[in-house]
Amino acid sequence: MPKVKMPRSSPSLDMTPMVDLAFLLVTFFILTASFRNPEPVQVLTPSSTSSKLMPENSVLITISNDGKVYFNVTGYEVRKNVLIRMAKKYKFEFSESEIDEFGKMSSIGVTMQNLAKYINTEPGMREKFPSSGIPYDSLNNQLKDWIQYGWIEGATKYKELKETADAAGKQLSVEPLRFAIKADGNANYIVVKEVIKTFTDLKIYRFNLLTNFEKGPEE
Amino acid sequence: MAELNTDAGAAGHGKKGKLRAKKQSTRVDMTPMVDLAFLLLTFFVLTSTFSKPKTMEITFPVPPKDPKQNTTLVNGYTFILTAENRVFWYEGEFKEVPKNGKPATSLSEIKFGEDLNKFLLDKNDLVIKTIKDLKKKKINKQIDDTTYKNLAVDAKARKEAPFFVVKADDKAVYRNLIDLIDEFNICNIGKYAVTDITMGELNLLKQTIK
Repeated sequence: MPKVKMPRSSPSLDMTPMVDLAFLLVTFFILTASFRNPEPVQVLTPSSTSSKLMPENSVLITISNDGKVYFNVTGYEVRKNVLIRMAKKYKFEFSESEIDEFGKMSSIGVTMQNLAKYINTEPGMREKFPSSGIPYDSLNNQLKDWIQYGWIEGATKYKELKETADAAGKQLSVEPLRFAIKADGNANYIVVKEVIKTFTDLKIYRFNLLTNFEKGPEE
Repeated sequence: MAELNTDAGAAGHGKKGKLRAKKQSTRVDMTPMVDLAFLLLTFFVLTSTFSKPKTMEITFPVPPKDPKQNTTLVNGYTFILTAENRVFWYEGEFKEVPKNGKPATSLSEIKFGEDLNKFLLDKNDLVIKTIKDLKKKKINKQIDDTTYKNLAVDAKARKEAPFFVVKADDKAVYRNLIDLIDEFNICNIGKYAVTDITMGELNLLKQTIK
């Protein structure tokens, strides 16, 4: 009886298509990913049927569920300039490296008095820093100054970009500065009201309220 | 893999003095590369955030220059939000005492969800009918998308459309405000404002809840 010959095939596969695919996906994810700076608080925004996207450039006020207020503004340069203005107003000195560090940070929720300490805390430890929230009562309204300077600097930056784009005859792809409020669904309305009042005192009447998307009823 | 080539054939060629390039396989082992690629892939999949948060645009009323100036609310409804997700409403102007032969304001409660939705749809009937007509026209290609949008905005802002005011006491939760405004958007209500609660309303609310 003749022997049955098993076809000998190498157990190693050609991996090239797999590599191709994997790198294609990696490239896709690298290009689409936008890295977030870690936020000092977790906020669960309420859901709505609105499908508008969050503005790219914004002064963002975060309100946590225990009523603490945090401030953030888009852009490294803008943030640095805002801090310089705030330091001048409240007569605090910040070193060059501290200003640089602040430029890279995300939302802050500390008073001006504690800011230097907060900046010098290691990034990993900032979550544990006892944030008291930015004071916003009428006697000590630091929030108002943050918003105002954020507004001024953000608008200046936008103007600069627009002028250079106009000079080059290009379309400007950057959006103008907007104001956004990201409040926790369980935050007390009175805190939100105070923050809104701070905005309206500065003659800012239009905001974006951040929400989660939820599918609306079919029409 | 590193291998030592001790080829007898090569030595045989050497005798004749001809140098021949060794034939080596051009295949490279891709496995480590696949490992690396998938490692990176996993990292990016896990760290990237897909859904950008959505926003709701809202414009707050500019405070009147003269604070004493009384604004009248004709064809309007006021909602008052309070603790435990409760909502109360009343129609027209706020009257603490009977005035002009009309009784003093009293609050009625309404539930979030279907009740509220029905209430708003009912009050905003006129606008919704217009918008439905416009939608039909759009589907039949009688008007294009931009005209539709403009006409819809006009319809929402028309004079006959009711006006809604939202107020909240100190115990209300932010989520309720968003829910209510969202409901307005769903019901095509374009005329609404969020304002501060007055002392009279606060007192009435306290009495009603009791």
